[in-house]
Amino acid sequence: MGGVSAIIFIIGIFIFITKEGLPFLLGRFDIVEFFTSPRWRPTSEHNPTYGALALIAGTASVTGLAMLVAVPFSLGAAIYIGEFATGRTREILKVLVELLAAIPSVVWGFIGLSIMNPLIIKLFNVPVGLNVLNAGFILGLMAAPIMTTIAEDALKAVPDTYREAAEALGATRWQVIRRVVIPASKNGLVAAVLLGVGRGFGETMAVLMASGHSINLPTSIFDSVRALTATIAAELGETAVGSDHYRALFTLGIFLFLITFIINLTADLVVRGIRKK
Amino acid sequence: MVGQASQPSAAAPKVEVRDLTIRYGQKVALHDVSLDIRENEIFGIIGPANSGKTSFVRALNRMDLFTPGMRVDGTIRFDGRDIDKWRNVYALRRRIGVVFPLPVGLPMTVYDNVALAPRLNGIRKRAVLDEIVERCLQRAALWDEVKDRLNSLGSLLSGGQQQRLTIARALSQDPDLLLLDEFSIAVDPVTTMRIEDVLKVLKDEITIVLVTNLVQQARRLANRTAFFLMGEMVEVADTEDLFTRKTSDERTQAYVEGRFG
Amino acid sequence: MFEASELNIRNHRVERLWGLLFLLMTVLLILPVVVILGVLVYKGGPIISVDFLFTEPKDGMTAGGIFPALVGTIWLVAVALLASVPVGIAAALYLSEYAPDNWLTRIINLAIINLAGVPSIVHALFGVGAFVLFFKFGTSILAASLTLAIMTLPVVIVATRESLQAVPQAFREACWNMGASRWQTIRKVVLPNSISGILTGVILEVSRTAGETAPIMFTGAAFFLPFLPQSVFDQTMAMSLHLFVISTQVPGVPEAMPYGVALVLIGMVLAMNAVSIGFRMYLRGKKKW
Repeated sequence: MGGVSAIIFIIGIFIFITKEGLPFLLGRFDIVEFFTSPRWRPTSEHNPTYGALALIAGTASVTGLAMLVAVPFSLGAAIYIGEFATGRTREILKVLVELLAAIPSVVWGFIGLSIMNPLIIKLFNVPVGLNVLNAGFILGLMAAPIMTTIAEDALKAVPDTYREAAEALGATRWQVIRRVVIPASKNGLVAAVLLGVGRGFGETMAVLMASGHSINLPTSIFDSVRALTATIAAELGETAVGSDHYRALFTLGIFLFLITFIINLTADLVVRGIRKK
Repeated sequence: MVGQASQPSAAAPKVEVRDLTIRYGQKVALHDVSLDIRENEIFGIIGPANSGKTSFVRALNRMDLFTPGMRVDGTIRFDGRDIDKWRNVYALRRRIGVVFPLPVGLPMTVYDNVALAPRLNGIRKRAVLDEIVERCLQRAALWDEVKDRLNSLGSLLSGGQQQRLTIARALSQDPDLLLLDEFSIAVDPVTTMRIEDVLKVLKDEITIVLVTNLVQQARRLANRTAFFLMGEMVEVADTEDLFTRKTSDERTQAYVEGRFG
Repeated sequence: MFEASELNIRNHRVERLWGLLFLLMTVLLILPVVVILGVLVYKGGPIISVDFLFTEPKDGMTAGGIFPALVGTIWLVAVALLASVPVGIAAALYLSEYAPDNWLTRIINLAIINLAGVPSIVHALFGVGAFVLFFKFGTSILAASLTLAIMTLPVVIVATRESLQAVPQAFREACWNMGASRWQTIRKVVLPNSISGILTGVILEVSRTAGETAPIMFTGAAFFLPFLPQSVFDQTMAMSLHLFVISTQVPGVPEAMPYGVALVLIGMVLAMNAVSIGFRMYLRGKKKW
């Protein structure tokens, strides 16, 4: 019966966050405001507003920058570890990547706060170093090891007979990778990127600490932003159970849950090779 | 017995193997083999499992480079030149086609499978590629079966078709030497016969090394045959001599008559 | 005819170039972390002492040590393990040994992937909604640990299932042929051969659990408590939250302190991972098949 536990929990999560968020969804919630207004002012005494656009933009900008950094590097690293490195080097690199993945997110956040922040202020001569650049870079470093590991697994799943067949034709290792290994593992690589996006999207503490946490539609990477996840983390402690604000935060949670659910589902379908053909 | 291999022949041998020893870590897979493979012959290699046949083929193609722990000693000369000294193994491999025991249809279309090697060589023109693909598929006796579905996945063909696809792919680089390693292991008898017919024709143009676990296949095809046993080469001789007791080694006789192996 | 053609030489160069590029990318991926670890050790190292580890915070957390947070993290991890390890192993056993390949199994797999992919803050919301409010555990170690347990469940399931599946199918068949039941086979053949892999997974889970912050923020971890927890219904401090609090919420903390906390936390987590990795390598070395 243990097997079903995962289903029970995932449904349980959905039910319980929906239960807390539902009264808001059915009452105060205004879908147009939620997606188009950048004004998230749940604590305003006279006219609280619940526009999540700025938060969505914050999450998107940070995740986007993170992926820009992390995708090429993790795929490159996966190819190096899986296809070029041999023996001891490969083992050591794999262990290092694994250790990288183990660093807790609050430590990453602290790094953003205490190391990256002054560095960015100094390098780019900007007043605040807690911004899209900082959070995106930190998030990229966090997502990279996961993507590297999954991508390397996908490369490893390509049978060696394919490599040998191509090598016997006189293909160089790079030609083997480009013409045979990558096309054969394409689905796994796409899934790796998707799961990396999901990870970046859902990351909380690091983004909370490194993004500057101000509600903003960013126009440059030096703007401070606030992410969906960080908003929940920062505000939940200050709300009264059952208030509109409290329920609005759960609504953000439902939104996050659904999006990561879709990302994970897509990744799973991609891995299974279900394409639109 | 080994001496027979170096009998003087009219033309210089295509491949000269001298004192070849192959190890995997501590284990010796093939010990001290010397033989010659002549131009435009089918050279058979027979022997039971674990006799070092496959290791021999891998060494010819310098596959040892990508096999951790595999060590090759001795010299192999291809067209008179030591293959160890080819700085560019890729160039060597392009002149040697290999067909593995299990067919490997790469996960791309039939067309792309055959066009892979020419493309690696920098051929881009569609017309040229079309011509190569058709010629190679014809030579591998596969053209008629796949000409209408060149764009379907190569890995979706039947086992026998995939093996012929592999042969077509090996031919696409215009090799001077074709290595076949137990090609019929995963192929039905009818296809095997068709491939054998193909080989008989190909022999006029290229040199073929045929490793086989089927003694009779060697008898049908090979001009000369070597018998490998437990990492040693017992003897090498004209195929007919091997099968008609004109050679002396008892182990060979026992094996070709099916008393073991 | 024998000379490598120009194209071949170019291919050779291209190959080298790509190899170098990918190596560079790998190094650049790992380098920042080495630098960061260096900075943490440099700045946080001096403050770490027996006193720092074993005394309570003083003066509004601007002085003193981290003892309550350290103890709290151990509590949280221990309770979370008690909850998730049995469930996780049972789930993995079912999936690997019993589950037929049908739609239910597919959905279970999907649920596991999603459980691992749901943002940690959403797990926190779930913890608040389910354990704190609905089951009325209040903000307590129990609520926080259960939240952590569900969040890290996939780690145990995946690691266990992998080590179960690494046991060759032939072993099972050999056992079945002797008339052993499925469960007997699992107990006598499968588990003994995979227990070490399962242990590796559990160690990994410990390290994940110890570092999590968001799920415990609202379910059981407190900013500051001058005493140690006495039961699972108490609140507690925790290392991860402590780092967050003193680096963002408390003014006047000496610079070395958060570095010290970060160093201890990361040290704990990495040590745990290193043990798990070392263990795995040792096992691979003495594999019996």
